[in-house]
Amino acid sequence: MNNKEKLNNPKSDYWKSVFAITWKDLSSELRSRELLSSMLVFSLLVIVIYYFTLELDIKTRSAITAGALWVTFSFSGTLGLNRSMAIEKDRGCLDGLLLAPVDRSVIYFGKALSNLAFMLIVEIIVIPAYAMMYNINLFIPGFLFVTLLGSIGYIAVGTLLSAMSIQTRTRDVLLPILLFPLLIPVLIAAVKASNGFLLSLTWTEIMPWLNILFVYDVIFISVSFMVFDSIVEE
Amino acid sequence: MIEVKGLIKRFGLKNVLAGMNFSAIPGEFVVLLGPNGAGKTTFLRILSSLSRPTLGNVTVAGYSLPSQAAAVRMRLGVVSHMPLLYGDLTAEENLRFFSKMYNINGMDQRITEVLSLVGLSTRRKDMVRTFSRGMQQRLAIGRAVLHDPEVMLFDEPYTGLDQEASEMLDGVLQNVAAAGRTVVMTSHDLARAEDLGTRFDVLTKGRIGNSIHKNDLGGQNLLSYYKSVLSG
Amino acid sequence: MAPQPKLLKFLNVLSVLLVAVGYYLSIFYAPTEKVMGNVQKVFYFHVATAWVGMLGFILAAAFAVFYLKSKDMKWDSYGLAAVEISLVFFFITIILGSIWARPAWGTWWTWEPRLTTAAILELIYLAYLLLRQGIEDPEQRARFGAVYTLLGGLSVPLTLVSIRLFRTIHPVVVGGGGSEKMGMTDTMVFVMLYSIVAFSVVFVNLYWHRIRLGQYTEKIEQLKLRINQ
Repeated sequence: MNNKEKLNNPKSDYWKSVFAITWKDLSSELRSRELLSSMLVFSLLVIVIYYFTLELDIKTRSAITAGALWVTFSFSGTLGLNRSMAIEKDRGCLDGLLLAPVDRSVIYFGKALSNLAFMLIVEIIVIPAYAMMYNINLFIPGFLFVTLLGSIGYIAVGTLLSAMSIQTRTRDVLLPILLFPLLIPVLIAAVKASNGFLLSLTWTEIMPWLNILFVYDVIFISVSFMVFDSIVEE
Repeated sequence: MIEVKGLIKRFGLKNVLAGMNFSAIPGEFVVLLGPNGAGKTTFLRILSSLSRPTLGNVTVAGYSLPSQAAAVRMRLGVVSHMPLLYGDLTAEENLRFFSKMYNINGMDQRITEVLSLVGLSTRRKDMVRTFSRGMQQRLAIGRAVLHDPEVMLFDEPYTGLDQEASEMLDGVLQNVAAAGRTVVMTSHDLARAEDLGTRFDVLTKGRIGNSIHKNDLGGQNLLSYYKSVLSG
Repeated sequence: MAPQPKLLKFLNVLSVLLVAVGYYLSIFYAPTEKVMGNVQKVFYFHVATAWVGMLGFILAAAFAVFYLKSKDMKWDSYGLAAVEISLVFFFITIILGSIWARPAWGTWWTWEPRLTTAAILELIYLAYLLLRQGIEDPEQRARFGAVYTLLGGLSVPLTLVSIRLFRTIHPVVVGGGGSEKMGMTDTMVFVMLYSIVAFSVVFVNLYWHRIRLGQYTEKIEQLKLRINQ
């Protein structure tokens, strides 16, 4: 049969399968909206809570904005990662994916891309909301670029670890505990670089942080790519 | 075709499968029987490339595991007691997704064929979460035959099905098996197993202890054969 | 139970002696540092325990890679042993660090890069132990543990770099030559190097014991299994 001769997947088939997984997640989410709505409501709640707990007056605001946003993204991110992996695990769909004649890394990249999409959608809504509520200009290309770089690093590790934590007895409780200590470089660098752009510092002050983000993203995407099969195969 | 020689699967220090030998040829419908914990599910997970053998030779559809897993997966269809389907997608979207994963040509036509094979043509555009357990299970079979596999594995396909749904499933399973495929099924439902199977293997303590062809059962029914095997 | 090999027994005694002598050297032999006074003496054990913690950390990461390559369970138990010992020694390092920090910087805790990294590493180790606890199948536990150790091993250097860029007030002990470099006399350097050697021996000794403990645990599991069958 024709489809059986195509076994030695050329590259186009590899990405076709990756996008098939991502597309499947997005269209499924478009219908249920469970994951995005819980991430969004949670994020907005956190932002409101900041106002009262941190007493964000005008002065502290500008210094704390990037940090406040990244704390929000990190916490709501774990909600999304857990949900996205639970969908695969609960009806045995992960087995269904593993039974398909695709490389295991296809599954990793497919899930990572949809997780990234979810995170970016949340950020696209939360950042303007924050900007509006605290009257601060966040539409600075550099700032948005840093947010993207940071999110990529976050999702690269988060997708891998969520595949791991979902298979343990403690499940979703474990994910933030595993994830956050590994994220410290991303959080420091993203917050510092964002602040750099928000306070319009010079490039020489911002560049080291961008470098750390780049390096982190590259390292963790490649390592996750290499070890993902150890996570899903018995 | 399935060939298994000296298969050992160890979990920690425990040998779940202890030097198991097994073979099945095209056209055969083998039912694996055995008490809980005998290793039936573990065996099927190894055949389906989801679990690696600790030791031993496993060949499925002419390719060996785990080294040629991708080739095996292309020729293998699995139905388990879990539906392996996405609740928030329609029947068609589910099949479309898996068709892409299997890189199937003429996707639309194949999906239509498969849906009518499992009797779900009218529910094509409905979300899987609205399906009854029996319908989900039939769609799961549809998903498993999308790529016209040579070997099929059914792991307790009747779990959670009522009488009517089980009867419908019987028909579908028979159709699927009839196409000259090699089929291995585990089931606790001996009456159904007796109807469907052409051979019955009893798995105890990680090995095939006894095996009998349907024709050799004689007047005896499968239940009494199974009981006599287990008791002595 | 096999008796302890002679070399191990020798190491037991040697470890105790070396640490006792190290204690003597740092308290009585090494000169009192002019600015810091007596509290500076925790420095010798602080550096030595940090070194041992580091050693355990590097070994754990290496064993994780070996495990993922070979799937041989022995690397898993070696890795776990390294993590556990490293966990304890970094803990001692942090405690000694805060004893030092109190008079030096007027606070029990400073967000000094290396100290902070050690604390984050402790959190990674605790997460690692929680992860292992949540998994029944030993083989899966080994795989997940190895992957997590590997990720930790990669992120920690980046963490250190980021925190260092973030701020630094730690005296640079070796190399660097920053403005806060401590004035170390030759005797001080000698005691520091001695402590590092002494604690390395303690590390080997403990590690050996931990490996033996792991082997006995496995044996008990085996016997239990035999009884149940």
